[in-house]
Amino acid sequence: MNRAWMLALGVFATILASMAGLVLIPEKQLRATAPVKDEERDITLPAGYYGDIEEGRRVYMDLGCIYCHTQQVRPEGFGADIDRGWGVRRSVARDYIYDEPPLMGTMRTGPDLFNIGARQPSAQWHYLHLYQPQITSPGSIMPPHRFLFEVRHSPDGLPEDAVRLPDEFAEKKPAWIVPKDRARRLVAYLLSLDHNYEVPEAR
Amino acid sequence: MDTSPDTSGPSATPAEERERLTRIQIDRSCRQAVVWYYASAVFWLLVGTVLALIASIKMHSPGFLAGWEWLTFGRVRPAHLAAMIYGWGSMAGVGTLLWLQARLTRNRLPFPTLLPATAVIWNLTVAYGLVALFAGRSTSIEWIEIPPETAILFGFCIAVLIAASIRMLRQRESKHTYVSQWYLFGAIFWFPVLYVSAQIFLHTPAARGAVKAAANWWFAHNVLGLWFTPIGLATVYYLIPKVIGRPVHSYHLSLLGFWTLAIFYNWAGTHHLIGGPLPAWLITVGIVGSVMMFVPVVTVAVNHHMTMVGNFHHLKYSPTLRFVVYGAVCYTAVSFQGSLQSLRSVNEITHFTHYTIAHAHLGVYAFFTMVMFGAIYYVAPRLLNAEWHSAGWIRVHFWTTAVGMAIYWLGLTWAGWQQGRMMNDPRIPFLDIVRYTVPWLWSRSFAGVLMTIGHLSFAWLFWNMLRQRGAYLPGPTLLVRRKEESAVAAGGEG
Repeated sequence: MNRAWMLALGVFATILASMAGLVLIPEKQLRATAPVKDEERDITLPAGYYGDIEEGRRVYMDLGCIYCHTQQVRPEGFGADIDRGWGVRRSVARDYIYDEPPLMGTMRTGPDLFNIGARQPSAQWHYLHLYQPQITSPGSIMPPHRFLFEVRHSPDGLPEDAVRLPDEFAEKKPAWIVPKDRARRLVAYLLSLDHNYEVPEAR
Repeated sequence: MDTSPDTSGPSATPAEERERLTRIQIDRSCRQAVVWYYASAVFWLLVGTVLALIASIKMHSPGFLAGWEWLTFGRVRPAHLAAMIYGWGSMAGVGTLLWLQARLTRNRLPFPTLLPATAVIWNLTVAYGLVALFAGRSTSIEWIEIPPETAILFGFCIAVLIAASIRMLRQRESKHTYVSQWYLFGAIFWFPVLYVSAQIFLHTPAARGAVKAAANWWFAHNVLGLWFTPIGLATVYYLIPKVIGRPVHSYHLSLLGFWTLAIFYNWAGTHHLIGGPLPAWLITVGIVGSVMMFVPVVTVAVNHHMTMVGNFHHLKYSPTLRFVVYGAVCYTAVSFQGSLQSLRSVNEITHFTHYTIAHAHLGVYAFFTMVMFGAIYYVAPRLLNAEWHSAGWIRVHFWTTAVGMAIYWLGLTWAGWQQGRMMNDPRIPFLDIVRYTVPWLWSRSFAGVLMTIGHLSFAWLFWNMLRQRGAYLPGPTLLVRRKEESAVAAGGEG
């Protein structure tokens, strides 16, 4: 093979072919995917991201949650995602239409979070868990995110969402953790993660 | 191909002497640019190593350095990847690519100021990317976490590299192109197409929602398959024959290996999305591409093995050969593993586990990084007219990285497999699985310490190489002193 143009042609042809096959054609196939209408509540789903939820998603991205948590549910009979209670149905492309970018992840050092808002709807739980994961999940190897909180030792003037730390986790008792804005937004995002609605392609 | 040693003895004929002078001229023309790329690569290797250790320790001891937001696990991990992929791997790769092309086309390296300048720009781009990650500007898209504007800077550097490559190829001395040249030519075009188009797909509505994940893995898998792998294989194809002094076993196998890699590797990326929310055909295409990778891998393995047959005793002496052959063997291993891992039944267990992390390091480290170490051991003395100052440190480098990588892979492969099986059994509480993996995560940190010792030895050797502390020797630094007669018989490493 001594002709440079043949080499160049092959090099470009192979990569353009895979780009078309793995990206452009799927995009064409899925482009028209629309949200589903929930007649009872008169909303469309997925709901999309607005305000605090949208900003919380940004926090999720900048802290790199994706490296230990997936956001996808594998189908019934493939793995045990549904049996573990991570969702009532498999995740489908429709769930991600507003995701820029999708945060599907590839690693489950921690559990899947696709429906964490349904599974764990308590903001207090999330604040304690983020502050020190060992409080809610003994044995967890998730890093503590203390920098998202302020610690106070007096009950005076605490905001409504302050949470009392269990004494064994407080250096000085009593202690309350007050979430900073980023923690509030992150938890708003986590609580919004609920994809247990019905879609036609996965019943 | 010509295998006579660069350093001829008193018996050299005039033709050999001319050949030697030509090579010295080519090597001298590469000096500025390639040394810049190599020295930068070694710097990023150290940065990436520190970040790797921090990330690894945090996994079993989450309280470690937990007070600083910028050092939280979710930022250190992508920073480790960026430092290793865009810093160490790419810069060592580009340095090797430039030198190989100059040697293969028998041209002097063009653009004597512009090429070193691209190394500087490349460094600034990587540094900018890391700062952005530490500051929380991650795109949260695996393998391409650094901000999209880096595409402009990398794009400029690569444009210069392409111009240099085309110029050298057009002015090549012989009409024949050597197999390494094909791989290098492929890599230098594939990488910019991937990087720039991935930025477009991922940051504009050109691809939306779930399709962005497909674009992500088309890109990420091909950075390994169409950037690192071809540069690594080009290096193996060049250095094994060079060191042992005999030509590549089969031209036709080389041809088959190259084109099947170009055709099949391209399509393998979507095996990262098995079980995910994308059309089944798209995933199946990825699996087919992955399984078909057996063809180029077996082809290349047979070709390299048949070239090496009867010459394995050189592994005892030659640092270059030892690293390169370790890398080549691991290329076969990682590719076999990858093909099997893409099967749905295997992937059901290994997906989302440490098994995948072990697999990734078998590719990027045990194959590519080890080959690059071998290349630098071969090339740097020729650029700097000095020898490596200590065979002892080279031995330390080899054994700590080789053994460290083995421990890394064994520990996480086993742990990942068990982790996957346990995760697929819903009766086992999730936190029990986490606890199960912790001792194995410690084994990874232990392996990481070994590899760090290796990298420090290598950096120390390279530092002394830059200061030309080693003797100016007519022959190479060998790991073991060999007997007089065998040294004459196999002077290929010269």
